[in-house]
Amino acid sequence: MELANIEKLVEKYLNAETTLQDEKTLRTYFKEAVVPTHLQEYAYLFSYFANTKDETFAQTIKLESKKSKKSTVKWLSIAATILLLFGIFIGEQAYKRHQAKKQFEQISKGLRLLSLNLKKGEVAVSSLYGYENTVKKIIK
Amino acid sequence: MNQSDFLKMVSPFKDKVFRLAKRLLISREEAEDATQELLFKLWKSKEKISDYNNIEAFAMTMTKNYCYDRLKSKQASNLTLVHTNYKEKETPLDKKVEDQDSVNLVHTLIESLPLQQKIIIQLRDIEQYDFDEICKMVAMKPVAVRVALSRARKTIREALIKKHNYGVS
Repeated sequence: MELANIEKLVEKYLNAETTLQDEKTLRTYFKEAVVPTHLQEYAYLFSYFANTKDETFAQTIKLESKKSKKSTVKWLSIAATILLLFGIFIGEQAYKRHQAKKQFEQISKGLRLLSLNLKKGEVAVSSLYGYENTVKKIIK
Repeated sequence: MNQSDFLKMVSPFKDKVFRLAKRLLISREEAEDATQELLFKLWKSKEKISDYNNIEAFAMTMTKNYCYDRLKSKQASNLTLVHTNYKEKETPLDKKVEDQDSVNLVHTLIESLPLQQKIIIQLRDIEQYDFDEICKMVAMKPVAVRVALSRARKTIREALIKKHNYGVS
């Protein structure tokens, strides 16, 4: 293509008035022709555009792994919570049982003491009956 | 739609998604993560997307929005976002890239463009979409797209000429 035409196209290109077809023409020109120095900057520009378009997304597309990873974490945390709650429940039950046992022991100890002392009193009182009988005999 | 159908459907534009993500997020790793995430999102909404007549345009819009969100989020705060004030950046930038060759310089120049111009130049000059499609993807009026594109092209060209003249003298 003639240089004059290219210059016109370049002007339009700067004003963003070129069509895709025009831009294709420009790309081809700057790729293949010997570019005059006053248009050199466009050669850099278009070769950069072409280079950039070669870059591809090389990774394999993962459609599931991330989701399953996420849901595993979710299920693990649910399981941990249930386990924790269950543990607290069991622990509390055991503590209550322990507490009740301790109370029972204390109460029974108290009662044992009470009954022991009552027995002592009874023995003492029964000996008093003996005295009374003797006194009655003497008075008669 | 099964997996292989889906992969076949996305294969013509997955690279474009990746390149746009890389243009916006700058780092390759970020762009790869973003592409995986976006393709996965598409896969999850595969029932819905069969209703769209232009899935590619839809995917590009999604990419743009997703990258905007990533740039805004704290996670991506280590990525510097270059704002509209290009003039101020010109001189230090020129010095920084003095010994790079001019094709690489174009990359740096595009990187320092405002976000919107970056997207439009990516979509037009690299991916070669027509204006109607670009308008849909970026949700802008045709005139606004042309103005932004023209501005971006002129900015890059002027910076290149400047660099070139420095090199000669």
